[in-house]
Amino acid sequence: MARNGKANGKGNAKLAAVWVGKKLKRKEDPRLIQGTSHYTDDLKLPRMLFCAFTRSPMAHAEIRAIRTDAARALPGVVGVFTAHDLTGLGMVPCAIQMPGLNLPPHPVLATERVRYVGEPVAAVVAENLYTARDAAEAIEVDYEPLPVVVNMEKALEKDSPVIHQQFRTNRAFTHALKNGDIQSAFKKADRVVKQRVINQRLAPVAMEPRAVLGEYLPGENRLTVWSATQIPHLLRTQISVMVGLPETAVRVIAPEVGGGFGSKLNVYAEEGLVPWLAMKLGRPIKWAETRRENITSTIHGRDTINDLELALKKDGRILGLRVRILADMGAYHQLLTPLIPQLTALMQAGCYKIPAIDIEIQGVFTNKMSTDAYRGAGRPEATYNIERIMDVAAHELGMDPVELRIKNFPQAKEFPFTTVTGLVYDSAKYQESIKRALRLSGYDSLRRRQKSGWKNGKYYGVGVSTYVEICAIGPSAATPAGGWESGTVRIEPTGKVTVLTGASPHGQGQETTFAQLIADELGIHPEDVNVVHGDTLAVPYGIGTFGSRATAVGGTAAYLATQKLKTKMARLAAHLLGAKPADISFGRGRLSGKGSKKSISFGELVMAAYTARNIPAGFEPGLEATHFFEPSNFTFPFGAHIASVEVDGETGEVKIDKYVAVDDCGNVINPMLVDGQIHGGIAQGMGQAMWEELIYNEEGQIVNGTMMDYALPKAHLLPEFTLDRTVTPTPVNPMGVKGVGEAGTIASTPCVVNAVCDALSVLGVKHIDMPLKPERVWRAMQQAQASAQLEPQPNDTPSSSRAKRGISVSEKAARSKA
Amino acid sequence: MKKELIELKVNGRMRELAVAPSKVLLEVLREDLQLTGSKRGCDDSSCGACTVLVDGTPMLSCTLLAASCQEQEITTVEGISEHGSLAAIQKAYGDRGGAQCGYCTPGFIITVKHLLSVNPNPSDEEIREALSGNLCRCTGYSQMYEAIKAAIEAEQRGLAAL
Repeated sequence: MARNGKANGKGNAKLAAVWVGKKLKRKEDPRLIQGTSHYTDDLKLPRMLFCAFTRSPMAHAEIRAIRTDAARALPGVVGVFTAHDLTGLGMVPCAIQMPGLNLPPHPVLATERVRYVGEPVAAVVAENLYTARDAAEAIEVDYEPLPVVVNMEKALEKDSPVIHQQFRTNRAFTHALKNGDIQSAFKKADRVVKQRVINQRLAPVAMEPRAVLGEYLPGENRLTVWSATQIPHLLRTQISVMVGLPETAVRVIAPEVGGGFGSKLNVYAEEGLVPWLAMKLGRPIKWAETRRENITSTIHGRDTINDLELALKKDGRILGLRVRILADMGAYHQLLTPLIPQLTALMQAGCYKIPAIDIEIQGVFTNKMSTDAYRGAGRPEATYNIERIMDVAAHELGMDPVELRIKNFPQAKEFPFTTVTGLVYDSAKYQESIKRALRLSGYDSLRRRQKSGWKNGKYYGVGVSTYVEICAIGPSAATPAGGWESGTVRIEPTGKVTVLTGASPHGQGQETTFAQLIADELGIHPEDVNVVHGDTLAVPYGIGTFGSRATAVGGTAAYLATQKLKTKMARLAAHLLGAKPADISFGRGRLSGKGSKKSISFGELVMAAYTARNIPAGFEPGLEATHFFEPSNFTFPFGAHIASVEVDGETGEVKIDKYVAVDDCGNVINPMLVDGQIHGGIAQGMGQAMWEELIYNEEGQIVNGTMMDYALPKAHLLPEFTLDRTVTPTPVNPMGVKGVGEAGTIASTPCVVNAVCDALSVLGVKHIDMPLKPERVWRAMQQAQASAQLEPQPNDTPSSSRAKRGISVSEKAARSKA
Repeated sequence: MKKELIELKVNGRMRELAVAPSKVLLEVLREDLQLTGSKRGCDDSSCGACTVLVDGTPMLSCTLLAASCQEQEITTVEGISEHGSLAAIQKAYGDRGGAQCGYCTPGFIITVKHLLSVNPNPSDEEIREALSGNLCRCTGYSQMYEAIKAAIEAEQRGLAAL
């Protein structure tokens, strides 16, 4: 890969990339494919006890009494704990501070009230898991039911039950983002397009449920906590605050972690309580979440109601965007809950030039589990909003949706591009990605098929989404707990290299990609680079893995630490070779002086740094360097996705027959891993569009709270994905990498919904809320047909005129604009 | 609950175990035999992470009582290697990026191993159908298909070379 070399070590000639850019097999895989790796629940310590929770079956109630006698009497029960027993244990933390935020106390176990189904009320510790669970069931709790509110609009009404009485309202916060003259934008508009879209509540469902194992050794005053987490260091800080130990006495280990998607980017009640219980009882304690607990009591994603108004000129030029968002917080704020909708506001302009914007968000408490970061965290919602309203606008203006998009893109030469929401997009060529996607999908022929299909009672649809996302999170000024990352590179005496990263990968493969990166820098083999993560005793303080940041921020930290080492190595090599440091160059396994007349092997040089018998004056022995990298900006990956669907006119069943994704995440270290991230992201976004929806009924009960009922994307439901990429390196980091963990999820949801609505536009269907289950699609078709019969549509309505026009102009438009 | 003495043949080795009649096979494998490769993902036989072969048939060990497997032959991911090295499907998973977080991987490996043993040359549709009982949240299944196709090709090349 061609890399921007600005931050390279001074004077060190750049090696050609040998490993970076290769589809190197993952170093993680041998242990994973043989089942010999260890996730938290695979660990077993001597004298270990098991923990289970009694959780509220009520969405809103007063706790009148808790009777634990029967549970305590069960043989094998070691302890039963309720809120009253937890003296000295702190609250569940929220890291977000903002003006006017209502931040309720969030106890580890419910005190006088329960506020959602699944809230922990009591904890049992027993000699084995079965006994712990039996005892948790034997605890009797007297609940006095209170009125329940699960619907955000009802929660804001005057007579609604109030979830936290001290606030006298269920409004958690209001947040506004306004820029430009919105009044005049709407006054000058030829057309104002309005649509309400609902971003339904989702369950992250990482395949590995959460698990926590705590062990306290009083002699050493050492609390060790193994947890399925994405943020071991931040968790360590919070655990030390919660249990009241100095941070130096707490060690957090994130062993193998089985997926997170944001659900393990948090600090949960169990992560404070289980270690605290281990301290109290003097024995190791393990808790492993059941899947039912995972769905009721691990954070959820999305759950927003969005009212959109777009003001346009009749030629399609956007003048202004007005957005009103209700965002469901659930009953409490978890670590980042109130932050997520603010990310929606920041990214609401998408990849378009919008002169004026007016966004207002209200966070709302309801009797549900908290929402928080779920793959994309606010950006999928932003992208869904803007990409849906663009399609609605295109249909109302009688324009091709591709043409409308291209018309409003900034040109490549306008980057860095300042958006109406105040962000500075680093680099992009939006025209290029859509051009490729049109070609790969055979867009014009898809439109021809659609036109002839409509004549024959077949509903083919084409959906487009052009997206930009915010990654490499991020500059510290814009994040609640620091947005930098740490990297340490240590060359051991034998020449093997240890990389310590504060990032905490859990499936993304950075043990491999970081090894590729460092191997190229040092002229060695990736097999000789061992990447260590997820142990706070081994790794300098770090932030963790989320927000598509691990490579762009954490990788850069390791890269820059390597540059420090190279400068030091060049100094020692110069001393040993009688050359100038500036003349030393790194080759494969050797360092040479000018003209390569004299050289020293990598191994000899490393050993010389450790034996330290012949070193320059003032040279610090050893070879280890650390860099804390603070990024100057976010990065903004982008791309264009196109989906082609067929909707069954009789049943409403949707078949996705083609899916094309053209993504740009900057430079690519390992194409196989980048493709894997895109595939998985698309599947997850498609899951939201087509199948997934976590349903609370009016009583606040989850009606589909098992994996049997919650419809995750299965192998036979997904189409084949056609992938392509453009490469626009970012100037924000020296490697030019942007991040790719969330792109697919952000792009695919609106793409699929746009395709289905496009297929049914001929019937006058304007919008269908997700998930696009056959019943919902069928009803939308029936409704549209019924209203068409009541009010015969004139022949010149936009949808029918588009149907008649047939062949689209978009490919031509793309060619001329690009 | 009183324990029962049972005999299981696990990965080719006879094991005598005292287990509670209510204990599921998954927990016996993980707790009593320290074979933690098989994973617990759903607790209700809907995700496939706990798939093992019982007398050659893929079964969901999270809802199967260990006591009901008396004297049966159990194969877990730990026992799937061929002639002391990785099974073709394991190798192909590594070559093609079939695993990401790895939690669902053992279950998939067992499922695919069984598919290829009963149907050495499955169609694309048959592969997708066979995989539909296992869930993966990371990969979108794409690179798994590639891996499976690569494993089939490797097997056929191997057969042709004989």
